[in-house]
Amino acid sequence: MAAFTNFILVCGGTACESSKSDKIYKNLMHECESQGVRDKVQVVKTGCFGFCEQGPIVKVLPEESFYVQVTPEDAKEIVSEHLVKGREVTRLLYDKAESKKRAQIDEMDFYQKQVRVVLRNCGVINPEDINEYLGRDGYVALEKVLFEMKPEDIIEELKTAGLRGRGGAGFPTWMKWNFTKQVENDQKYIVCNADEGDPGAYMDRSTLEGDPHSILEAMTIAGYTVGANFGYIYIRAEYPLAINRLKIAMAQAREYGLLGDNILDTGFNFDIEIRLGAGAFVCGEETALLRSIEGERGMPTPRPPFPATKGVFDQPTVINNVETWANIPIIIMKGGEWFSKIGTEDSKGTKVFALTGKIRNSGLVEVPMGTTLREIVFDIGGGIPNGKEFKAVQTGGPSGGVITKDYLDTPIDYVHLQKLGSIMGSGGMIVMDEDDCMVDVSKFYLGFTVDESCGKCAPCRVGGRTLYNILERITEGEGEMEDLERIKSIAHATQKASLCGLGQTAPNPIISTITYFEDEYKAHIKDKRCPAGHCKKLITYHILPDKCIGCGLCARRCPTNAISGEIRQLHSIDQELCIKCGECYNVCKFDAVYVR
Amino acid sequence: MNLEELRKLREEQKQSLSRRNTDNKDIQIIVGMGTCGIAAGAKDTLEAFIQELEEQELSTVRVTQTGCMGLCYVEPTVEVVMPDMPDVIYGKVDAEVARKIVRKHVMHKTMVNDHVFDRPAADIVEEGGNQ
Repeated sequence: MAAFTNFILVCGGTACESSKSDKIYKNLMHECESQGVRDKVQVVKTGCFGFCEQGPIVKVLPEESFYVQVTPEDAKEIVSEHLVKGREVTRLLYDKAESKKRAQIDEMDFYQKQVRVVLRNCGVINPEDINEYLGRDGYVALEKVLFEMKPEDIIEELKTAGLRGRGGAGFPTWMKWNFTKQVENDQKYIVCNADEGDPGAYMDRSTLEGDPHSILEAMTIAGYTVGANFGYIYIRAEYPLAINRLKIAMAQAREYGLLGDNILDTGFNFDIEIRLGAGAFVCGEETALLRSIEGERGMPTPRPPFPATKGVFDQPTVINNVETWANIPIIIMKGGEWFSKIGTEDSKGTKVFALTGKIRNSGLVEVPMGTTLREIVFDIGGGIPNGKEFKAVQTGGPSGGVITKDYLDTPIDYVHLQKLGSIMGSGGMIVMDEDDCMVDVSKFYLGFTVDESCGKCAPCRVGGRTLYNILERITEGEGEMEDLERIKSIAHATQKASLCGLGQTAPNPIISTITYFEDEYKAHIKDKRCPAGHCKKLITYHILPDKCIGCGLCARRCPTNAISGEIRQLHSIDQELCIKCGECYNVCKFDAVYVR
Repeated sequence: MNLEELRKLREEQKQSLSRRNTDNKDIQIIVGMGTCGIAAGAKDTLEAFIQELEEQELSTVRVTQTGCMGLCYVEPTVEVVMPDMPDVIYGKVDAEVARKIVRKHVMHKTMVNDHVFDRPAADIVEEGGNQ
């Protein structure tokens, strides 16, 4: 049979489905038939394309024409104009101007909101085959620095690029490297911080699993730049696949003479060793991480001295996070100028986010800095499932805060996030809907930092615990109005007096939720009520008499036999026995169970 | 390896990557095998591809692996690269869908409904070129 020359992809995601994509699909089939192109064109129903706000979406291959807000009536024109005459239907094409504004990569034509710089090879190459990395310009950057660039040139290139650390604080990378470069010392070290520990974050894992060579190449470049011959990758043992792929990559790079002694016959030596972390969150803090590499207990030490001058084994050390490293080879290869065109004035490049929680298309997304939260949640993420209302996004993990509905149009970059009381953090982005209780959310994060506090300094150890106890009281209906002031003053002290970033930022989630959702705190304290219907001690389950048909399903499922009633008669819940597991609410097919 | 050898090898690899798209012989099925993909069942998917290709006696098709594409909500994901067809990304590919992809897409150049997804971003490495 003859092969198809064109494919019409019709988005069949739930959002597009509800706006008539099925009818569009049928009409397109019908039009292809009647206009005689049935054997040349295949009409395909696809999964969700994102861009749900712009739906229904129709894409034509191989031209990659991206049509938005298509109606069933447009089918005829798409077939007659595009498929028969070969002319794009311009009035339906997506306006690319918005996407291109933040990523002025001239040679490229794209409609996507995402730009993959860090993840350029993830999902493209076989990470266990160095040849595939080479085929995608792998080790071009290393070649370029070894043969064409002086260490100063590299620093200059990073300065032009405007790259800032992706781990949390956002310190300019060129400055970090330059500090270490300027120290005169025989022994210097390069460290990759792959101790990713925020709940809901997995960007670094995916990068290491998908493109391990880019990290090795970047660290080698840094070694050449600052005059170091040895590097450590500190990675948590819970990432076995990433560790395995790094090991394979290191062996292959050594075999090819791209790592180890006398790299590419230049006389430059650089080697890397993997150090496994046991999973303590505090070891993501750089000074604690360095102690852990040395074999000491993972506890932070005061800064200064900064690792750049006195790091691992007291030697000058460049330490960067995985995502920062992954940017290096492409910056060297395409130039700082190229990189600086992506993003905003003071936040250059892209940022990878792990988009999770109450979101339709969860996943790993990489967007130019300055992309708005609305674009990430609704265009890329496809919005909130099950018709629920968007409430907030938590960014920056246990060190970050929430961003609410009112700030959906805030551009995501270092400056704006900080203004809102959140941080870029490593890139976890957890979407929450109307069913999520903000007091409970901050209790969750605080519980995490309390567990993970190393206990060295009192502000973090005692402050965190005290805050947690107050939150627990509030969620159990035993809070008092004075608690709000108490929280604020303890949080302030913890922020100011803690030794390291863990303690300094631990109160952020609670401060942020109090700022934006004070009413919710007050409802818990004053009315002994959880507006989101989440905090167990403050809610009761009830059965609506006019909706219950007496099917008995809830009674059969109730683990404590708290529900009674004759079959086909109204059932009722014994509040004394109810443990508020919510099972009755979940199983009722008639919405007869409600939460109060 | 020295510089000349590296450059030569890279050139060869580049050509073999671009040949994928034009040469009639090279069909590739690339399965996303990050932790996320594997957790969602990518190993079964990979197994199903290999079995089905054997049963259909398609010895020229190469099954390889890659990292995470970022489409967590539709893992396991698979990309099919072959001549006369645009590169296609499939999501929610369990063993059954894998077999369908071999029979429809690979053998009859027809896409499999309901499982096609969009590549999340344009390729900066290929399109951008070197400085």
